[in-house]
Amino acid sequence: MMGLVLATAMVSPVVSLAACLATVPLLAVNPFTEPVGVVHYLIVGAVLFTAGIACMTLKRNALGILMGIELVLNGANINFVAFASPYLRADGAPTLGLDGQVVALFVILLAAAEAAVALAITLNFYNNHATVDVDRADDLKG
Amino acid sequence: MTGMLDMDIMDISTLTPVVPPLATTLAALSALPIAGINWHSVLFLLFAGLACGFAIGVVAADNVVRMALYLVFSLGSTAGLFFLAGADFIGAMQLMIYVGGTLVLLVFGVMLTAQAPLVSIKPSSSDRMLTAVAGASLLSLLLTAAFSVDAWRGPGVGVVPAPSATPLGMALVGVRVDEPPAGTPVGGRVGYMLPFEIVSVHLLVVLVGAAYLARAKRRRTPRPIDALASAMPVEPVAPAATVAPAATVAPTATVAPTGRSAGGAKSALVGGGR
Repeated sequence: MMGLVLATAMVSPVVSLAACLATVPLLAVNPFTEPVGVVHYLIVGAVLFTAGIACMTLKRNALGILMGIELVLNGANINFVAFASPYLRADGAPTLGLDGQVVALFVILLAAAEAAVALAITLNFYNNHATVDVDRADDLKG
Repeated sequence: MTGMLDMDIMDISTLTPVVPPLATTLAALSALPIAGINWHSVLFLLFAGLACGFAIGVVAADNVVRMALYLVFSLGSTAGLFFLAGADFIGAMQLMIYVGGTLVLLVFGVMLTAQAPLVSIKPSSSDRMLTAVAGASLLSLLLTAAFSVDAWRGPGVGVVPAPSATPLGMALVGVRVDEPPAGTPVGGRVGYMLPFEIVSVHLLVVLVGAAYLARAKRRRTPRPIDALASAMPVEPVAPAATVAPAATVAPTATVAPTGRSAGGAKSALVGGGR
């Protein structure tokens, strides 16, 4: 019974994904002969974002979680750059323009700052507990 | 940049007299519908596949060193995607700051903490299944959102000449020189000088704080890692037992390891202040 519930839970997102892709006239673009559009970049951004979220939830190594955060920030950055790009829209369609690129630049800088602090915290934790397993970080548990 | 990407009018028939051994191959290739290939799109597919594949590799790998390597490749391919979208400066910054800075930092973190049991901490299989379900749900949600707007779905206009680095640099010092979109009121746009300064000071403060957090502290009690190290026997005591007389073997054999571990803890205490 439990296995059946679990199997249903595993299959249902796949079915909904397939249904969503089937109803959409997929991509409407031959990517070998025509220029790519915004949606292609959005797909890449979605895959990177999902991989980052999965990394953050799955990994027990603190550095693995940090890598997941980097992937999430990069997925968001791809979307910013895609919406800012004049290459990917139809002729004359409004884009984010320069603003999207500036935001992407700030995201890269803040990610560097975040990585430095998170790495310092991880090294401190490793010095005190001799491990980087975040499941062992339960000193504050009441 | 635009000159490099403007390759879709490449005529391979002009190459055949130059390279005779390749003539037959090129003749066979020209029979294929290769002349209409948009190389910008092909390069996009290449970099997109690399970025997505290595991102999934980061999730799938258990070894933290492999994860770091896959992350380097994924972020480098993302820089290629930025170049292909016409954001030259962002792509260069991605390579310099992310691949050159942040990931080097991460690899140092991996090296500093790579004790044998910590290199690959395997998650449980129920965690893997839950993550797969949650990831598939999130991906279907994001893709539905991405496909839901008609204006995003069509082909783009392709590579157009557009300056990218100069307006960006001018905007960061507070002057907008880029073309305003239609309908923007004159003087309605601001530069980014204040956010730029805030980010600069933020980066300085954060790096000073990180150096403060990661500094070595002199500690009163030995750290657990030093206790682990000193608990291990440094050198076997069996030869001493064979040489010494039988009456004094028992005290020295029991005292020697504790004295050695105390000495180890003391040296760890001194060494902890590095």
